[in-house]
Amino acid sequence: MRRLLLALLILLPAAAGRAEEMADPLDSPLWPEMRAQVLGTAPYVFDARVEVSAPASAENSAQLPVAVRVHGLAVREIVLFADYNPIPRILALRPLEAEPYVATRFKINMASPVRAAALAEDGLWHVGGVWVDAAGGGCTLPSAASADAAWQSRLGETASRSWPKGKTSRVRLQMIHPMDTGLAAGIPAFYLETSWIKAADGKVLAELDTFEPVSENPILTLEVRGRAGADGFRFEGRDNNGNQFQSRIREGGPG
Amino acid sequence: MKRLALAALLLLCAATTGATERHYGLSPEKVAPDTYVFVGRAENFSSANGGNIVNTGFIVTKTGVVVIDTGPSLLYGREMRDAIARVTPLPVIRVINTHLHPDHIFGNQAFADVGIEALPATIRGEETQAKAFADNMYRMVGPWMQGTEPLLPARPIPRAVQTVGGHRLEMIAVSGHTDADLMVLDHATGVLFASDMAFLDRAPTTPHADVAAWVAALDEMAKLPFRTLIPGHGRPDKEGRAIRQTRDWLVWLDATLGAAAADGLEMTEMMARPIPDRFAGIALAREEFVRSVSHLYPRLEQASLRRAER
Repeated sequence: MRRLLLALLILLPAAAGRAEEMADPLDSPLWPEMRAQVLGTAPYVFDARVEVSAPASAENSAQLPVAVRVHGLAVREIVLFADYNPIPRILALRPLEAEPYVATRFKINMASPVRAAALAEDGLWHVGGVWVDAAGGGCTLPSAASADAAWQSRLGETASRSWPKGKTSRVRLQMIHPMDTGLAAGIPAFYLETSWIKAADGKVLAELDTFEPVSENPILTLEVRGRAGADGFRFEGRDNNGNQFQSRIREGGPG
Repeated sequence: MKRLALAALLLLCAATTGATERHYGLSPEKVAPDTYVFVGRAENFSSANGGNIVNTGFIVTKTGVVVIDTGPSLLYGREMRDAIARVTPLPVIRVINTHLHPDHIFGNQAFADVGIEALPATIRGEETQAKAFADNMYRMVGPWMQGTEPLLPARPIPRAVQTVGGHRLEMIAVSGHTDADLMVLDHATGVLFASDMAFLDRAPTTPHADVAAWVAALDEMAKLPFRTLIPGHGRPDKEGRAIRQTRDWLVWLDATLGAAAADGLEMTEMMARPIPDRFAGIALAREEFVRSVSHLYPRLEQASLRRAER
């Protein structure tokens, strides 16, 4: 959290300058490469309104919690990435009828900036982030599931819940899935690729791409417009092996 | 004298090679007759403190010395043994690991000739985890770890009550901080070496904790006939504060995390939540709270979700 404040302080004066002259507030030597990989040649600006929350140091490199919230911008897409991960991209959210907010947990391979880039209606990518220290190894370790075939019968099993929050609802979903990165020897990449949160009538509220670094048994939290209602929100998902998943997200706890 | 000469020689070597000579400067504090504690700092592991953040201790019985925990590194273990030799000419005859955590076991090599004792589950835990702990310790405290390697306990703790050189020592096996925590109650002096089951003015750590079991064990501990409690971290306690404070923290932690999970809070939101004023005097409260969210929240979060149907 202290890092975030520091980043804010550094960013405030920087935001006044022109994009191409801005130094990376996180001072990462990999930033030019990240920029090319994630944003291509699109114009961008470092912007503290793109708030990335993560602990200053990873207690568990296989499960680093991270949340992104964009303040005061109309956002078309948010891309979350970590400079020093062998696969930098973590997820991409298109918040069609949703708040510019997403939280998950991911595998961090070593100390790295964790950043979000938000494409706003002004056509600019707005970039924020924090440094996270980590002992590492999170990405190159096999999933627990890959060592034990028992998970196969539970693949796609999902637990979820919706909480009303003003005119929106916070929805959280966790699915049994190994989320193998393909970086552990002999274990191919196997991960949840695309997810949709829909209203009961089928209208898409949010569309989410998840990539290999998202943690095993992924947990996703978003904020969509409206309430779950009697039929709940609908979740639909698909992994890179073509497995399809669908379930309802309802208010109220278990039992 | 021989030691002094050796130290002088070492210093000389260091001076000529320009190497930095590291010392913990361990000095035993007498807390009861025959009973000494090396009180560590209320800090986290760092390259400045070399991992000296833990309490270790020893009891000088008539037949020899019983050592309780060996500290974070080989160097620490050696300094301990030197300091013990300055207190008594009697040999070290028993060495105990109270649980598997790195700050309590990595001085083991300095007592290899005596052999280490621990609960069976602690021995199994060290077998599977000590290597990873060592890697992490090298990362966190660096050169202080030089030469340190895991040395597993040689044998399980033999009997529940043992009289050693006139001290009736009760070995009390509990769980909660980890799945096997050993406390040593010396009925001769009323000193309870409480292991990391009790902390004082330093926030409890939870990487392997079962909070419900821990709280239940603390309630049993409060009934034990001790006069002085040596917490795993924090000052020796003659007022019974350590058990109450550890319990208060854990009950608050569990209730706070459980309620937040049911309300749908995110882990990162949880980490930023305020900590009650009554814990203001506890060192590392924020740091350990943040770590505890990582350790404990995922399971509570899972429990708050409902099985989703199509």
